[in-house]
Amino acid sequence: MLVYLIRRLVNVAVLLLVVSAITFGIFFMVPKLTGSDPALLYVGKIADKAAVEGIRHKMGLDKSIAEQYFLFLKGLFVGRDYSQGTDVTHCSAPCFGYSFKTEQEVWPLLLDRLPVTLSLASGASVIWLVVGTGTGIVSALRRRSVLDRATMVTALAGVSLPIYFTGLLALSIFVNTLGWLPNNYVNFTDDPVEWARNLILPWITLAFLYAATYARLTRATLLEVLGEDYIRTARAKGLKENKVIGKHALRSTMTPILTVFGLDIGALIGGAVLTEKTFDLRGLGYEAVQAISQSDLPVILGVTLFAAFFVIMANLVVDLLYAVVDPRVRLG
Amino acid sequence: MTAPLHDTAAAETALTDVAGPVKAIEGRSPGRIAWDRLKRDKVALAGGAIVLLLILAAIFAPVLTSLFGHPPDQFHPDQINPDLGVPKGAFGGMSWNYLLGVDPTFGRDVFSRVLYGARISLIVAFLSAAVSVSIGVLLGVAAGYFGGWIDAAISRVMDLLLAFPQLLFTIALVSVMPDSLLGLTGTGVRMAILIIVIGFFGWPYIGRIVRGQALSLREREFVEASKSLGAGSVHILLRELLPNLVAPVLVYTTLIIPTNILNEAALSFLGAGVKPPTPSWGQMLSDAVNIYQADPTYMVVPGLAIFITVLAFNLFGDGLRDALDPKGS
Repeated sequence: MLVYLIRRLVNVAVLLLVVSAITFGIFFMVPKLTGSDPALLYVGKIADKAAVEGIRHKMGLDKSIAEQYFLFLKGLFVGRDYSQGTDVTHCSAPCFGYSFKTEQEVWPLLLDRLPVTLSLASGASVIWLVVGTGTGIVSALRRRSVLDRATMVTALAGVSLPIYFTGLLALSIFVNTLGWLPNNYVNFTDDPVEWARNLILPWITLAFLYAATYARLTRATLLEVLGEDYIRTARAKGLKENKVIGKHALRSTMTPILTVFGLDIGALIGGAVLTEKTFDLRGLGYEAVQAISQSDLPVILGVTLFAAFFVIMANLVVDLLYAVVDPRVRLG
Repeated sequence: MTAPLHDTAAAETALTDVAGPVKAIEGRSPGRIAWDRLKRDKVALAGGAIVLLLILAAIFAPVLTSLFGHPPDQFHPDQINPDLGVPKGAFGGMSWNYLLGVDPTFGRDVFSRVLYGARISLIVAFLSAAVSVSIGVLLGVAAGYFGGWIDAAISRVMDLLLAFPQLLFTIALVSVMPDSLLGLTGTGVRMAILIIVIGFFGWPYIGRIVRGQALSLREREFVEASKSLGAGSVHILLRELLPNLVAPVLVYTTLIIPTNILNEAALSFLGAGVKPPTPSWGQMLSDAVNIYQADPTYMVVPGLAIFITVLAFNLFGDGLRDALDPKGS
């Protein structure tokens, strides 16, 4: 188990290194190839030549890509100094550099945005997990019933709807026309009730989308599991039906759902870009879109890496949980 | 001499006589079975019909707009309330003259813009699916069939790509891409980038499925038989494995197209799609975000266009999967 864990962690580190190298390479090399100058992005187009050169040297943009990448990695782990003559700015680890636009450090910015995205992802994931798997199980057990058909039609519609359309519809109906709900983010620490009230709409809209996928997946998996021999065995030895379902069938049904859940939650924390943009929630995804529209490379790089980190970690956690949920899986 | 002749004729008539009942137990090819099942699945057929209609509508968009609409980029300021910037008429200015209303601020014909948007959507979705399927099948088969380090390398790349924050990465990539590339300009460049990026990030999904299939197929007797007859790897891959992969690949292709439509719309929504004034569904919804309070119709039309298209593809894809499933009844 410990050996497995260490091997996986090394794997995670390598994966992150590769993702960071590719992202860094693309976002700092493509502008070079197409003739736009990152140094110019820092100081603006009207700056004189000396200022541009100064910034270029200070940010290390005059060095080769490989050297810049190395400095970036060094900054992540031990911090780095940006010096311009006698003027030295220290950026402590983990240093993701400075925003081109606001000249603020990227790391505090990421930490500042994270709670909004976490709030969105946590609430929505609870709803979709309960609703999605719940309806999926009921559908599978009452196969071909009216309920099953209704659920599956709704679920198919759900996976075919883009969030920015359902989101706008929800806003239009519940916020603008009926005026039942507000849509201004409030910090959980400031007022938990208002926090939930303001997030209910994005939660439900986002959860509907995912619940649809989960209901379909749960139903399909459970139906397949119910056809397995060991279920027949369990029934044959006289187990009660709810024990057959609850103890034997559901356990292996949960494995693929867990996989998808891990990936989804990781991707969501990394940036629920569309939901945040639709509901004007200033989370990581919103920040990323903002940064992209302003060609703010350090922020783009920061969010992308941050997002990749969550996806990869979520994958690891899922694999570890497998051993707990599915008795057939032994790590080694 | 006449008797045998007569006999043959009798035998022939006998054969033609039993031809009717014999047909009932005639061996049916897997394709035939699938087609018979699909024909009975009315919902899937309806989905397929809508898909066909949409494709035709997209192809004949210029004809349809000249018959029932106005050029997609033509401004109609007379349709716009100058104080509010929204259409004068109710429901986004819908009328016989403007079937789906006009867009806010400019007064362009929404019917024409939705039709032309369908072209972008479908072209990008189909071509990026082609990219995903080509790479996915090629590398998936290679990984599954050859195994060893080839499998390890390809599987690693697939894991890496699935760990990538795709949407973020794509919008960022599109934003740093130049406006002209390889002789293409404007809309052409953006579409090419969308196709390549969406297609590229889509291949691991199909690669995984094909790899799994190839992994189990290579252990089957017919591959063994082919090998013992002296067939080389190329022959086995192309003539033995590939035909067996047609069904899953076909199903996956019809299901990846709606995903691609959603992806293209999402990228356009975030401003990484084709550039205005070229119309696209995602971009129309993105415009609608700023004005939905005053003009909700403008958001409903492209939203429904996406919904109907994606739903139709999904229904057809689901039906096709059930029809091609050897375990199905």
